[in-house]
Amino acid sequence: MGLKNEKKGAASEPAKGCEACALFFQGSTNCSGCPETIAVRAILGVAGKNTVVVNATSCLEIVSSQFPNTSWGVNYIHGAFENAAAIAAGVSLALEKQGRTGNVIAIAGDGGTLDIGLQALSGMLERGEKVCYICLDNEAYMNTGVQRSSATPFRASTTTSPAGRIIPGNVTWKKPIVEIVAAHHVPYVATASVGYIDDLRAKVAKALKKENQPSFIHVLNPCPLGWRFDAWRTVEIGRLAVETGMWMLYEIENGKMRVTRDVVERKPVEEYLKAQGRFSHLFKPENKHIIKQIQEHVDSEWERLKKRCKE
Amino acid sequence: MDTHIIERLSEMIADGEMKAKYVNVESEHSAMSVCLGAQATGVRTFTSSSSQGLALMYEMLYIVSGMRLPVVMVTVNRSLSAPLNIWNDWSDSFGARDSGWIQLYCESAQEAFDTVIQAYKIAENEKVSLPVMVCIDGFFLSHVYEPVDIAEKAKVMKFLPKYAGRAIDFKEPISQGMWAGPDHYQEFKIEQHEAMRWAREAIRETNAEFKEIFGRSYGNGLIETYNMENAKYALVTMGSLAGTAKHVIREKKIEDMGLIRVKSFRPFPMTEIKKAIKGIHSIGVLEKDISPGMGGALCYEIRGLTRKTNVSTFIGGLGGRDVKIDDFLKIFRDIRQERRGLIWV
Repeated sequence: MGLKNEKKGAASEPAKGCEACALFFQGSTNCSGCPETIAVRAILGVAGKNTVVVNATSCLEIVSSQFPNTSWGVNYIHGAFENAAAIAAGVSLALEKQGRTGNVIAIAGDGGTLDIGLQALSGMLERGEKVCYICLDNEAYMNTGVQRSSATPFRASTTTSPAGRIIPGNVTWKKPIVEIVAAHHVPYVATASVGYIDDLRAKVAKALKKENQPSFIHVLNPCPLGWRFDAWRTVEIGRLAVETGMWMLYEIENGKMRVTRDVVERKPVEEYLKAQGRFSHLFKPENKHIIKQIQEHVDSEWERLKKRCKE
Repeated sequence: MDTHIIERLSEMIADGEMKAKYVNVESEHSAMSVCLGAQATGVRTFTSSSSQGLALMYEMLYIVSGMRLPVVMVTVNRSLSAPLNIWNDWSDSFGARDSGWIQLYCESAQEAFDTVIQAYKIAENEKVSLPVMVCIDGFFLSHVYEPVDIAEKAKVMKFLPKYAGRAIDFKEPISQGMWAGPDHYQEFKIEQHEAMRWAREAIRETNAEFKEIFGRSYGNGLIETYNMENAKYALVTMGSLAGTAKHVIREKKIEDMGLIRVKSFRPFPMTEIKKAIKGIHSIGVLEKDISPGMGGALCYEIRGLTRKTNVSTFIGGLGGRDVKIDDFLKIFRDIRQERRGLIWV
């Protein structure tokens, strides 16, 4: 049954001037330094109260919706792991049938989007339903104990792609989900990072425009627990990812690609890698060549992206 | 199969005869997910599936029921692979027996039509608030043409007014589909089970109310009995098999054999069946399903209701094999002789 979303106790009182805190309350059970509260408040701050959030099974779902408590100040629906896009499609169609308007935002993790949720996502995009789909990507199955997903970066160490003597971490490159989504010819696709909140907000605003639905935003969410860095460094790591070119901020609007934050002088990837425990094995003498390999990959991706922007 | 149902619906919607949103989903899993989202927002939903499609949907069946969403679907009963086989048996919906859906098995096309209308009323009953699966035998009911009296819209509207159940409100937001730890999970299941008890009442009432408006009813809504007045023996079965059983009893003028057709498999009408089998010497349960390593699922439900009477399982019709008049005569003989154990038809 539905649980009425009410703030409980003094801890749930919104901080002054924080409208978004009334839409996602204080007191969720996430880890310290978790980027998800930052991302969700940025998203809801733009979307406002007339919003239905459809959440896939994920870290966010676990920390925000344990019966009988809820963190949500907007309508919230959780169904299963792989189908946030399909449930959100149902919500969107029902609102249309009822003659009501409101934002329908699906929020899922990288596993729920790039792995198990890819089919439902593709179906929703292909049918062109009015859903803004946001992937909060922390690059592994964090909520179940840091298992590798298809969003895990090359050579990152996870509990199922450990830094072994023979196999030094994850063997594959990150699945290019943004391009897969863009190939569905949806009007608005973008990347974002919790390191750049204004950029994220601007993109959410664009994604929620009526003519831009369905839309997709892929947000990099540095996870202190799984990436192994100190909890206070979340935003810094989110920025370092962009400054080193490990993550690129861009959008594809009606097929036209544009970098939203250009990095004139990229820092070496080493700076990003050395800041996180999941890459610490790459700094052993026998693995140094991997860092070079990653740098080359980043360089060629930047080249490719820049070319694509000129198309 | 279910394709006929959704094809006709798509035509009706395309021609404007039916005002509804039609979603061409990419999978059965997403079909039930779209129903979940739409129903949770506050509109009536419908889907139809079969066999492997229903199996793909299983995860969402449990979730829709656990979230207490009154979704209605038609399951066109077909076997499960392997070996791949597209014909009728009850393997698909029997697998979903414990998913928390009300399951109503129909004997004829007319009953299927009427039961879909009733299903919304049962599902949306305040004390019930559970999804309903209307089950019809693949091919025997889905591919055979028979005359059906299509109910008038005005009468249907009288019987089933506009949806007034749970809906989201932007002013007073709610959270749906929350997770529950060991402190609360069991309470959700207790409530679901209680709702199934209320569903028995709702099914009976709805069947009676339907009769008042449309002049048709199906037993007491939960079970239907035939020729039980003077019967010494009884055959228990479901779905279209009951039609053949009635035909054989009538045509061959069999007096000692009665028929109990279980319409509602969940909730299971224990009291009604107990009452119906009182004084019966021997019972045969004929079913189109197999729980390997155990036997027929329906038979074990019946066996649990009586200690004294012999209950034999007759399993047949798997993968669409026809259960013929001669088979019924043989089954009747076996019941009279109290042949024990699992008997393959």
